[in-house]
Amino acid sequence: MSKDSPLSRRALLKAGALGTVAAGGAAALRTLHGVAEAQQRVDTTGGRAVVHGSHDAMVAVGELSPGQLDPTVFLTQFDYGTVSRLPNGQTLREYRVVAEDREIEVAPGVFYPAWTYNGQVPGPTIRCTEGDRVRIHFTNKGAHIHSIHFHGIHPANMDGAFEMIPPGESYVYEFDAEPFGLHLYHCHTVPIKRHIHKGLYGAFIIDPKEGRPPATELVMVMNAFDTNFDNENEIYAVNTVAFHYQKHPIPVKLGELTRVYLINITEFDLINSMHIHGNMFRLYRTGTSLTNYEWTDIVTMGQGERAVLEFTYKYPGQFMFHAHQSEFAELGWSGIFRVEEPVRA
Amino acid sequence: MRENVEGPGAAGRAEGAAFPYSAPSAPSASGNRLLLGLAPLALLALLVFAFLKVGPLGVFRAAFPPVEELTIERVTLPKAGEMVVHVVNGGPEAVTVAQVQVDDASWLHYVDGERTIGRLERRSIRIPYPWVEGEPHVVRLITSTGLTFDTTIEVATTTPRADARYLTTFALLGVYVGVIPVFLGLLWFPFLRTASRRWLDFFLALTVGLLIFLGVDAFAEALETATRVAGAFQGLGVVLLGVLGTPLALAAIAHRKRGAGKGTSAFHVALLIAIGIGLHNLGEGLAIGAAYSTGAIALGTFLIIGFLLHNTTEGLGILAPIATERPSVGRLVMLGAIAGVPTVLGAWIGAFTYSPLWTTLFFAIGAGAIVQVVWELVKLFARRSEGGLTAPLNVAGLMAGLLIMYVTGLLVPA
Repeated sequence: MSKDSPLSRRALLKAGALGTVAAGGAAALRTLHGVAEAQQRVDTTGGRAVVHGSHDAMVAVGELSPGQLDPTVFLTQFDYGTVSRLPNGQTLREYRVVAEDREIEVAPGVFYPAWTYNGQVPGPTIRCTEGDRVRIHFTNKGAHIHSIHFHGIHPANMDGAFEMIPPGESYVYEFDAEPFGLHLYHCHTVPIKRHIHKGLYGAFIIDPKEGRPPATELVMVMNAFDTNFDNENEIYAVNTVAFHYQKHPIPVKLGELTRVYLINITEFDLINSMHIHGNMFRLYRTGTSLTNYEWTDIVTMGQGERAVLEFTYKYPGQFMFHAHQSEFAELGWSGIFRVEEPVRA
Repeated sequence: MRENVEGPGAAGRAEGAAFPYSAPSAPSASGNRLLLGLAPLALLALLVFAFLKVGPLGVFRAAFPPVEELTIERVTLPKAGEMVVHVVNGGPEAVTVAQVQVDDASWLHYVDGERTIGRLERRSIRIPYPWVEGEPHVVRLITSTGLTFDTTIEVATTTPRADARYLTTFALLGVYVGVIPVFLGLLWFPFLRTASRRWLDFFLALTVGLLIFLGVDAFAEALETATRVAGAFQGLGVVLLGVLGTPLALAAIAHRKRGAGKGTSAFHVALLIAIGIGLHNLGEGLAIGAAYSTGAIALGTFLIIGFLLHNTTEGLGILAPIATERPSVGRLVMLGAIAGVPTVLGAWIGAFTYSPLWTTLFFAIGAGAIVQVVWELVKLFARRSEGGLTAPLNVAGLMAGLLIMYVTGLLVPA
């Protein structure tokens, strides 16, 4: 047994696949008869055959029921608020955020009793420009006390850490948006662990005045769900739904800039990461600088950390992206970029 | 039952006294009695019907989700790259299996029917997972409410199929751990025949010790497997039925056969002992077959030797009451077969269709049968031996029996 293993391990490396391939290669032939059945019941890959040992077997089975937040839509959905101009010439952006309890689907068929901002997890991506006046009308329609704590620079009473909003009451958070970068907002009511893993968080983007280079922009909030409430996560994802982007690959244009706003708000397992295949990205930590970056293909972040990732694909085809913690990847934090030739007019 | 004995008149009087509301001089007393007996049942049926029709009212209409309960009875590994999880819903409400994770990885799977499993319904879930020979795996079912139900495959190995080869293997297993030891024990017959009355009592007391040990062992096993029985099937209730029902049923049968008051013949006692040991061995075979087929135990030489020594004493137990008689070889073989062969049956059942429910029942019946045997032996002692079981030599015998089982038990891991 021990004599054989180095050999077989080498053979596996040759196969060039990830860990799950282990016994799968040998079993592939045997399970080919099941392929048609597999495709019929769950279309994980837009028609590719489900072969043992490939990533297609490592998946959440089924589709979301209607009426759920579509993670594909969420990727590119930004809330710029209701815009007006203050007497001093400053741009005022007003947002409405309502905390409400709602059951959400975190993997096909798995329902989770979430606490949400505006009925969705993650909450709406609040976006503004540096120097804008931001005014958030917050109403708590949930059954518990909540608040909104924004990351960034603002007065103490706008911090959402001490002013707790009981059910049925409202609060207005107002401050100047600074500094530019990728920030975060979340509930700061104790016990914070529960208020976070129940779903009260979202992305807060402050654009630099001069803007960033044009790109396809995607918001990715790395989160996880403890569905059985044992203080361990059962489901990991970006934007809530396990394996969503593996089953619905994100289209990306070949040779054009893609920008990912990446946030880690995973509870319990506080370190999370993102790795992209077949490429490297420019990493702007917290997005607070336009010049200092790292050239890498993995970013690892603690809870609450965020980063702006910019990359351009050189080759077309399907490329995986996932947490480079195999467990997280296999429990749902795994997706695919489908790199396509841009359609030219 | 009682009514048959006492007749309608007696029962009517008794009821009249306890139940002043009953019509004392109704023309058809038995018809009335039937009505009185059925009225609460009819009302109950009406109430159940109403509940089913309009649902529970008021406080029962809870806002919290129902407690889900799924019991994974068995995981089979029919071939490389495939697992099959056998699950039963023993909870109060239907449960929907939404996702499956194996070793902390979400995995493709196929349910042989609706994902929603009704109360007391069963499903098999086939998972094309590349399990690794000889290594443990953890399978987790996630329900629609996010609850999880886990099971561990201790050592992954292909589950035996009921083909000729495996039937032979498990038959041999049963023969080794059950049949051979019992028959070996029977070979003590010539030796026992030479023993004096006092020493025969000693060996009979030793048998009591053995049986008590086996009985407690079976009872403990029954209680242990009862915890793995799906809730609705009430493992503890099954234990109670087996442990209390078996001796009562056996006693009733014996009572009917010989009529009340008369003593039990020595052969009857031996037969009872053989039945008791046989039922115990059926449970033991079940446990061994199941453990072997799921890889929980490796059937090493050591284990076989352990069971050989452990179970050989069972043969001795059968002999003790009939040592002074002249049973035919045929009868001895029959007694040995009754005690030993169930191990083979148990091993087959356990290997191919292990179910915690049946295993619990068999162990409980085994324990119950032994209760009855021990009771008969105690009565036998009271009749034949001065001082009964508590005569010093008999106490020594009983203790020796317990000790032999304990010491040989050391050779049987787990």
